[in-house]
Amino acid sequence: MRKHKKCIAMLLAGGQGSRLLALTTKVAKPAVSFGGKYRIIDFTLSNCTNSNIDTVGVLTQYQPLILNEYIGNGQPWDLDRSYGGVHILPPYQAKDKMDWYRGTANAIYQNIDFIKNYNPDHVLVLSGDHIYKMDYNDMLEYHIEKGADCTIATLTVPLSDASRFGIMNVDKDFIITEFEEKPKQPKSNQASMGIYIFKTDKLIEYLTRDELDENSANDFGKNIIPNMLNEGNKMAAYPFKGYWKDVGTIASLWDANMDLIGEEPLFDVYDPFWKIHSRNVGAEPQYLAPTAKVSNSLISGGAKIEGTVENSVIGSNVVIKKGAKVIDSVIFNNAVIENDAVVNYSIIDESVVVKEASHVGEAKGEGIGITIIGRNTVVESGSVIPHGQNIDSAKGDK
Amino acid sequence: MLAAGIIFADIHIKQTKELTALRTIASIPFGGRYRLVDFALSNLVNANIAKVGIITKQNYQSLMDHIGSGKDWDLSRRNGGVYIFPPFGHHRSEILYENRLEALQTVMNFINKCQEEHLILMDCDCVNVVDYSKALKEHIKNNADMTIVYRHGEVTEDAKNYMTLEMDDNKRIHAATITSKVGEVASTSINVWIVKRKLLSSLISEAKASGATSLRRDIILPNLNRLRIFGFEHTGLHLHIDSLENYFANNMKLLDPSIRSQIFDNEELPIYTKVRDSAPTKYGFDAQVENSFIAEGCVIEGTVKNSILFRGVKVGKNSVVENAILMQDTNVEDNVNLNYVISDKNVIIRSKQTLSGCKKIPYYIGKNIMV
Repeated sequence: MRKHKKCIAMLLAGGQGSRLLALTTKVAKPAVSFGGKYRIIDFTLSNCTNSNIDTVGVLTQYQPLILNEYIGNGQPWDLDRSYGGVHILPPYQAKDKMDWYRGTANAIYQNIDFIKNYNPDHVLVLSGDHIYKMDYNDMLEYHIEKGADCTIATLTVPLSDASRFGIMNVDKDFIITEFEEKPKQPKSNQASMGIYIFKTDKLIEYLTRDELDENSANDFGKNIIPNMLNEGNKMAAYPFKGYWKDVGTIASLWDANMDLIGEEPLFDVYDPFWKIHSRNVGAEPQYLAPTAKVSNSLISGGAKIEGTVENSVIGSNVVIKKGAKVIDSVIFNNAVIENDAVVNYSIIDESVVVKEASHVGEAKGEGIGITIIGRNTVVESGSVIPHGQNIDSAKGDK
Repeated sequence: MLAAGIIFADIHIKQTKELTALRTIASIPFGGRYRLVDFALSNLVNANIAKVGIITKQNYQSLMDHIGSGKDWDLSRRNGGVYIFPPFGHHRSEILYENRLEALQTVMNFINKCQEEHLILMDCDCVNVVDYSKALKEHIKNNADMTIVYRHGEVTEDAKNYMTLEMDDNKRIHAATITSKVGEVASTSINVWIVKRKLLSSLISEAKASGATSLRRDIILPNLNRLRIFGFEHTGLHLHIDSLENYFANNMKLLDPSIRSQIFDNEELPIYTKVRDSAPTKYGFDAQVENSFIAEGCVIEGTVKNSILFRGVKVGKNSVVENAILMQDTNVEDNVNLNYVISDKNVIIRSKQTLSGCKKIPYYIGKNIMV
């Protein structure tokens, strides 16, 4: 337990995630359920603890209550440490000014004192909305070996998708020669994953200068990275191979859930050497009744299944009653699907009740959209919710 | 704090010799993800008891591994928390304690150092949900020296070694027998005693001086008139485990929704256990699962009926598991048939095997064995 920290992580978790529609009306995107019992942020926090990064600042802003409570003292991720550990960093009031986080760079700028307090050699900047397994320690060693001022994790993407990402050109030593944020005509297929390691003094220098620039969007991809590159800093690309998914949209969230099932799942949550840690709800084992029919699905603890479940991912304490059918769907914790109700190609948020004989969504197929039922909604018995709907009963609340 | 708890991890170990060959009674796995001690510990913490000592005797590694720091029961505390007492041998003899009274003598330091006014002593060979805060309230209201928790009803075979209590209208116990007669309707103790701590301390010291050895015979029976000893009735579910046969039968009772809800659906009295960070359970394309209680982290590709599966169990393709209890990380490969089988932890059943027992005598496969 040395006092000196080689690297600490700053995890950006404040974004609204408006493309997740009703799912983020009450919770920040990183706290949205995923894969049954997990929440999206579990994957990044588990990566930290599995990579021996024991100090993590989590920058929150939008709808933080559920996220704050979920992270708590960090114990489920072994991040309850006597020096370091996980800390929630919300925007705060300073003596002369107060301000919301105005962008990814500004969020970290406002917490420079947190970084200085631990005085690490390097700072790892992460996003809280990606599903992947990555050893940040390997990336850190690579960054040190390259002698880089900044290292960006990159992924090879199809050229057709490249305009959604920060795209870079690299030389034969993987030193970045060109960087463009979301280019209209991408020149390469090396995309930024939004995972950066900076030398601490460089990060502080550029954040401070960026803050003085009134025209800046205070964003890593748009400002900090291009500025550093233009001024001749050594920027390395760290090519990552493996599963990675940005779950910022309904379609990608649904896809990523489905990647956990199938004959050969694309993403393995059973790896004993890279456990995904989560705050456990302490539910009893799941019960499958004599009438249950379950195939190609993932089901979490405490679930009570009397109906049919196919190609679906089911959260903790979910109840699926007799005659109910859940197909190609993702059901979050504590939802209840009552007798003879049908849920097809949908995402059902926490504590939703789908009453008897109602129909939610439509069978997956050409032109059929995913149906979203937001947290705490009650779908009245016998009602029909057409495909592609976004039912948001909490809209307008604080 | 009003009371502290003491759990005997290891009384009557001989009766479940298969399950306790490598572990204490307290750490017998039950109901898919629990161990017997979880029920005792959860009952205590649900009554706001924040200091619990567990007295062990033999093979207590599994228990220590399970309890860890006690944080899963909120018993990792700055003040109090859980204390595991390894066996305390006298320096001149190699003999460990034989009964509860001797066991208590080995933890006199703990008893005397407690600040709490009362102690709750209990065995942990049963599954029940008891609100001990109510029992404590009665105990204090009665100004009792000791309160014995009992059940009323026909005495079943497994209860024959429990005390039968006779009480007046105020539930004060005026007579008792050490054992009970099977078939009779009686009030039988469930081996949970609430007692004034200082009184217990002096009773133990007196017993030691007079060479007494039995809590029930030498302390409770002779003092029925001298001390104020009361009964507190436990009316809920009580599954007592004293043989492999009733271990099997009591696990299978969890397939009954009314029994399951008595244990797990009480929001005021949840059951806690060690968290293992298992992934959700995965069901394959050809999985057929009926009437089964399944913990997380399992991967099921075959057929499972009327069974209890613990965390991390794998059931391979074309395998049929019926009427079975498969403990943690049991790996059933492809084309296996199991009927009336109990597999202990980490058992591997290679492909194309058929194993079968019967309801009375389930086929038991010991820990870490490959079949």
